Amino acid sequence: MIVDSIFFFLSFVAILCALLVVFSKNPIHSVLYLILTFFAIAGHYVLLNAQFLAVVHIIVYAGAIMVLFLFVIMLLNLNAETEPHKNFITKLIATISGGLLLVTIVGSFKAAAQTGIVSFDNSNIGTIENLGKVLFNEFLLPFEISSILFLSAMIGAVLLGKKKLV
Amino acid sequence: MKELIWLLPALPLAGFIINGLLRNYLSKTVAGLIGSGAILGSFIVGILVFQQFLVNPKAEVISLSYQWIDVLRVHIKYGFYIDHLSAWMILIITGIGFLIHLYSMGYMAHDEGHNKFFAYLNLFVFFMLILVMGSSYLLMFVGWEGVGLASYLLIGFWNTNDDYNNAAKKAFIMNRIGDLGFLLGMFFIYFNFKTLDYAPIFAQANMYQLNDPVLVTIALLLFVGAMGKSAQLPLYTWLPDAMAGPTPVSALIHAATMVTAGIYMIVRSNIIYTLAPHAQTVVLVVGLATSIFAAIIGLKQNDIKKVLAYSTVSQLGLLFMALGVGAYSSAMFHLTTHAFFKALLFLGAGSVIHGMGGEQDIRFMGGLRKKLPITFFTFLAATCAIAGIPPLSGFFSKDEVLLHAFMENPAIWVLAAGSSVITVIYMFRLYFLTFSGKFRGTEEQAHHLHESPWSMTIPLIVLAILSIVGGAMNIPAIFGGNEWLHHYFATVIATPTHAAAHGHEVSHGLELGLMGAMVTLTLIAIFIVRNKYVTKGAVPEGEEQQTGFIRLVARKFMIDELYDFFIVKPLYLISSALYYVVELRLIDWIVNMAGEGIIALSRVFRRIQTGNIGMYIFIMVLSIVALLALKLFVI
Amino acid sequence: MQEIIRGVPLNYYLYLSTVLFSIGVLGVLLRRNAIIILMSVEIMLNSVNLLLVAFSAYHGDAKAQVFVFFIMIVAAAEVAVGLGLMVLIYRNIKSLDIDFLNKLKG
Repeated sequence: MIVDSIFFFLSFVAILCALLVVFSKNPIHSVLYLILTFFAIAGHYVLLNAQFLAVVHIIVYAGAIMVLFLFVIMLLNLNAETEPHKNFITKLIATISGGLLLVTIVGSFKAAAQTGIVSFDNSNIGTIENLGKVLFNEFLLPFEISSILFLSAMIGAVLLGKKKLV
Repeated sequence: MKELIWLLPALPLAGFIINGLLRNYLSKTVAGLIGSGAILGSFIVGILVFQQFLVNPKAEVISLSYQWIDVLRVHIKYGFYIDHLSAWMILIITGIGFLIHLYSMGYMAHDEGHNKFFAYLNLFVFFMLILVMGSSYLLMFVGWEGVGLASYLLIGFWNTNDDYNNAAKKAFIMNRIGDLGFLLGMFFIYFNFKTLDYAPIFAQANMYQLNDPVLVTIALLLFVGAMGKSAQLPLYTWLPDAMAGPTPVSALIHAATMVTAGIYMIVRSNIIYTLAPHAQTVVLVVGLATSIFAAIIGLKQNDIKKVLAYSTVSQLGLLFMALGVGAYSSAMFHLTTHAFFKALLFLGAGSVIHGMGGEQDIRFMGGLRKKLPITFFTFLAATCAIAGIPPLSGFFSKDEVLLHAFMENPAIWVLAAGSSVITVIYMFRLYFLTFSGKFRGTEEQAHHLHESPWSMTIPLIVLAILSIVGGAMNIPAIFGGNEWLHHYFATVIATPTHAAAHGHEVSHGLELGLMGAMVTLTLIAIFIVRNKYVTKGAVPEGEEQQTGFIRLVARKFMIDELYDFFIVKPLYLISSALYYVVELRLIDWIVNMAGEGIIALSRVFRRIQTGNIGMYIFIMVLSIVALLALKLFVI
Repeated sequence: MQEIIRGVPLNYYLYLSTVLFSIGVLGVLLRRNAIIILMSVEIMLNSVNLLLVAFSAYHGDAKAQVFVFFIMIVAAAEVAVGLGLMVLIYRNIKSLDIDFLNKLKG
């Protein structure tokens, strides 16, 4: 079936790029792979009929956050040569504990024994209209509060970026 | 009317807040006007409330109540309960309170703490109103403690003087002892009646037997509270010391209003007392003993305010005696006239002190009649009123109290009459030494002598008029009166279904005879005192020159020294023992060991904090894994 | 021959998210560069977002998508402040190596 193929393709891209983010030596490459990961996840969102979210995801992550990352990396002139590395033992332990986490979470899901099918036909929940209704009815207060969070983050970022802290 | 009730306490509270917060920014005139205006406003509302009860004797009790404490099975409401009694008390508090505020504007004009003084006075009036307006014993207790606080603040008003501060502390601590009784009484009430509101308590009290142990206990415990607040034996010693406060405070708090809170409480709970004659007997005995005891001490005091203070204690004792014989409305009558003339006496004394530039010793006064004419006239009126010279207010009220005492038992009459005659003696001694004869002060004082400003004399005149005509409230039947006040309080004074009948009716002839005897004794006493201090011009000596019993009296029967020796000193001993043994050896050791133990442990555990962030993240991940695994495999 | 329900089992999404999350954790554990660590955190956040959207589609409820929205808000704020801190750290110690940041040592 075609949707299955799309799902597997997107998942493959997402996981591969995520691994490359972690393992590439050059921070610039990491950023670029991360952008690819985000695109794959956006593809998943489209597949799940969350079109608005997909668009917002691209704009916010790929458009804003990752550009910020790139700027900072270039500003600080980070590259593969200056990249610090951990020793082998630490890396081994890290990998083992990461794998342990994976195994435990998968085990937990197995224990929960989910058998449902995620339908791709339910096309109306992710529309802007529907999402807007939910957001501005049930979640109006959190929405407003998040604007304050944003404002304080903005002020904080500006303050941190100043030459001398006052 | 209900809509306006809240204004009664709210206005003084507003005055307190404004004067208290802005005391450094307001001018003295403005602060005085705010303080006095707030009380005047309350007085006007009080008149409106009172008018309702005046027009309609059967007027309903105004009661408002709201949920206050609501925990588990304890439900306590707060609210106002205004009946004939509360309305009467409100009139006395705000009326006399306003006059004294007015007086203070003149008296305190040169004091730097003027604005603070008005803030405290307003606070006092606020709490006093809460005390009489509250709908339950708990709210009464709130007011009770509040006036205690205001009293403490005002006694120690000139807080740069250590003696004054000690007097304030003494008043507060003495009151605490009484308050403990009040508190225990409340616990008892709540335990037995499951409520603290007046109405249901009085309704249930009626179902108890006469002299039921429960009622007797409650009545006695509440009376302990009254002993503290109304300065009865053995808790009276704070009141004479409380004269350290400014004179308007002595007039308002320690003569006219706060010290009558105990009387108010007993009149309020009159049904409990009527049903507990054993407790009444205790009240009677304590009241009578206090009355005579304080009067005797008053005979040999040389400080103008101390004499008045002991007079107050003595008169309060007389009031309790009246309560003890069940003459509640007579007690309220005497309370009212006493508030008039005793406030007047204190204000007059304040005026004298003001004129004398702070001198309080009557041995250095004399001949003030010409220099302070208004003060002289009003002081004379008050002295005659307290002495019970007809037809001044004191005559009617005191006579009624004595009559009830006679109806209970002639022996009580004899003792009470004796106390009254002593009152006459020390009051006229005070009067003659202050206003008659020659001036005995220094040249400087003689030069400085002046009549007080109008803001001080107007309250004097108003109170003098009230002291003279105040008796008209309750003219007894034999003079063609209709005992108006008695009828006014008829609805408040409950007549329980099976109360013991008090005393016996007396004939008009006997009543007139008693009056005649009292007046004759009074006149003889005045004559003797006049003979000694005016005709012979005797001046009392200081206590150092006295010997024997007289010296003992002048030194107030050494009661303060006795308390010091038997209570204060042993307490200090126990305290220092506790301090050196328990505090230093035991508690400090535990506290120090706790601290040192934690320091020792931290020396070991700080090694865990490597400061390596990677390490922290690593441990965090492992912990998550462990938690999930635990959830997965164990549970 | 159109299928009745077009879709994939919910488990697939669970596993996908788990894998992505674990990769994020691995990145945090393996790397010493603070910026890469921040990126790994972004991966973890996105894996959770993806799971939320999957459940949203599974239950037919838009609330989960609103939560994704809020997570994005928090992520954006976090990145703004976080990168500001990075610049500040770099200015002070000329490096983004977290092994140098051991001032928390007890």
